[in-house]
This record gives sequence, structure tokens and C-alpha cells, in this order.
Amino acid sequence: MLSYQSRAALDVLIPSTPCVLSPHSQLSKMSYYFTILSPTDTPIFNIAFGTSKGGGDGIARFRFPDTAQYMNQFIIHSSLDIVEEAQWTNGGMYLKHIDTYPPATAYISAFLTPSGARFLLLHQPPQLPSSGTSGSLGSSSLLGSSASTTRASSSSVAANPTSPQTEEAIRQFMNEIYESYVKTAMSPFYKQGMEIKSPVFRTRVTAAGKKWL
Amino acid sequence: MSTQKASRIGEEIWKTRIDKVNAELVTLTYGTIVAQLCQDYDSNYQEVNKQLDKMGYNIGMRLIEDFLAKSGVGRCANFRETADMIAKVGFKIFLNVAPTVTNWTSDNNQFSLIFDDNPLADFVELPDDGRAQDELWFSNILCGVLRGALEMVQMQIEAHFVSDVLRGDDTTEMRVSLVRYIEDEMPPEDD
Repeated sequence: MLSYQSRAALDVLIPSTPCVLSPHSQLSKMSYYFTILSPTDTPIFNIAFGTSKGGGDGIARFRFPDTAQYMNQFIIHSSLDIVEEAQWTNGGMYLKHIDTYPPATAYISAFLTPSGARFLLLHQPPQLPSSGTSGSLGSSSLLGSSASTTRASSSSVAANPTSPQTEEAIRQFMNEIYESYVKTAMSPFYKQGMEIKSPVFRTRVTAAGKKWL
Repeated sequence: MSTQKASRIGEEIWKTRIDKVNAELVTLTYGTIVAQLCQDYDSNYQEVNKQLDKMGYNIGMRLIEDFLAKSGVGRCANFRETADMIAKVGFKIFLNVAPTVTNWTSDNNQFSLIFDDNPLADFVELPDDGRAQDELWFSNILCGVLRGALEMVQMQIEAHFVSDVLRGDDTTEMRVSLVRYIEDEMPPEDD
């Protein structure tokens, strides 16, 4: 498991492109990376997808080049410490947005199952061309303003990664996946902690992503 | 005896005379047995099918007595009646499903049971090793149960699954054929 300190190592890995926010319609098209971790921190399921609501095409467009998709896993795993801190703070299984990784503008939401599996969702707004936008913000100031930034132009629930609407949409998404996960885990041929290879489960996750995000 | 009458009998017994048990208990127990067999026989699915059938046969031989005691039904006049009795009373009172009897051959000796709902197979996804989908009949125990039960009432039958939704088929279908009525056999003379 990565600790807080290893965040510094992550910073080196990430190309330091300034992230810019603007009231652009593209903003509503988020990229998502969803992963399920077994109680022993082994990833047992991964999927990447994009916004489907509001005319999105459901394709993930992360800021990393295609060759660096492992960054998503790094970032998600690095938030595990915070998940562990947060998991006893309230009685709920859905922990909402628990972590932000500013250099990649990556937001992490978490959901815990009672048996110790963790559902983690990384969501990342798309990268926009920095030219021609007013009030360009550096990556450092982005974090401070992101929560309060209003993006009135967007109708998508996922437009603002920390808004209550987004939290709610992700809660619905997580709950639906939890249901499917329970069914999958009940299959006699599935062993606890084993990778989930079921195509049925993958289809259900994709459908839940389309429905809620 | 008509199909409707058999359905009524099954319904009545299910409501009044049957102790119920949690469905997940049955599903998970059976699933575990099959998964364990697959492991024990090293994913030799033909062998697993055979073992399930054998287990079912042993169950059927006992279950028929229980079935007759609970249902109080008498001898069936023909094999068509037997089919309705199996589908609408037998499956109803033991598994709370009533498969459809269909696809009779013209000589009335072969029919199919179509299962819309199979409580044994809830939650199940067959292993994706590329073979289980083609070789394993997950609910094969049911074939054995029918074979064992009918043998005790003087019917030798052959039963096998021809399709299963678990394999991606549209329906779950079991084919049952009457081989012969077993005549009372005299013990070998000892002269």
C-alpha cells in the first residue's frame, strides 16, 4: 500500500501539465476509473469508462497518455490510507468523495462492503486546451477553487466532482454495483479474493455507469 | 388426471403439508457440492455430471416414498400422466417450481421439461475455463432424482439435459424418455 509519502514519488511520474478549468461544455464529460479491492488490497476488478449522460459517448479520456494508464491504479491505491482513516468515521458504507489528487485533478470516491472489499471510483474531468480560456488557473490554485467553482453551463450531475448531485449519483452507482457484487460473490465458482472475471458482472457495471454517471 | 388437476394438487400440498426452507440455503449448498465435485475431479466435467446423476439417483430412490406419502396420489394411468405428476406435483412440492411438459414424441414415450426458473442455479455462473460451458450440466442431479424415483415405481427411464440457461441457451430443458416398464421379476429359482 502506498503511503502519503509516496505521493511525492507520484508527482514525479506525472507530467506537469497545468490543469485548467473553464465553463466549457466538455467539462461535463468525466473520465472514470473504477476498481474493486479485496480485503487484502488486491485489485479484483478494474474498468475505465466515461460520462454517458448529457450526450457523452461513454469513452474514458484520461489525461495520461494511453501508455500511462497505470497512473490511475497508482492514484487509487495511494488513497487507501485515507479510506482506512475515513472508514470508521461514520456508520455508512458510502464514504463519498474522500480524496483528491491535485496534479492529475483526480477525485476518489469510496464505498466499503462489510466484508472488507473496497469499491473505489476515480473521476477526472477532461483536460482542456489552455489557450483561449479566461482566468487560467494553475494546478495548485485549482484545488482550492474546485469545490466552489460553479459550472452553470453543464447539466450533467458529474460536472462538479464534489457537488451533492455528484455524490448522490455515485452513491446510486455504488449501490447498484454492490448488489451485483453480492450476486457475483454468491456464485459457487467464485472464490473470495479472486479476480472477478464474470462478463455478466462487467456488463452490469457498464450499465450502472451508463445509468448514473 | 388432467394437467390442471395435477397443478391444483401440487399447489395444495405445497401450501399445507410442506416444511419450507430458505432458498439461499438450498442454492448455496447445492452450488458448493457442484463446485467441490469440480475441484475433486479436477474439472473433469463428464465425471462431475455422472457423480451428480448418481447422487440424484440415491436421493430419488428415497424421495419417491416421501412423495407418495405426502401427495397421496395413486398409480398413473399412462406416461403422460406420470409427466404431469412429476412436473406439477413433484417439482412443485420439493422445489416450488412447475416446469412445462412439452415436446412429446408420437409414441408418448418421450417428453421435455422446460424450467422457467431453477432454484438450484440462482447466482451461478459457470467457470470460464472454456469447457464448463460445453460440458458441465450444473443441475444434473435432477436427472438422477427422476431416474431413481421412477425406477422405484416400475419405470425405467433415461433423463438428460439438452440445454441450460447457464450455458447461454435460451431455455433450460430436460429430456425424459421411458425405456420400459419394469415387470415384476421372479426371484431366480433355486433348484
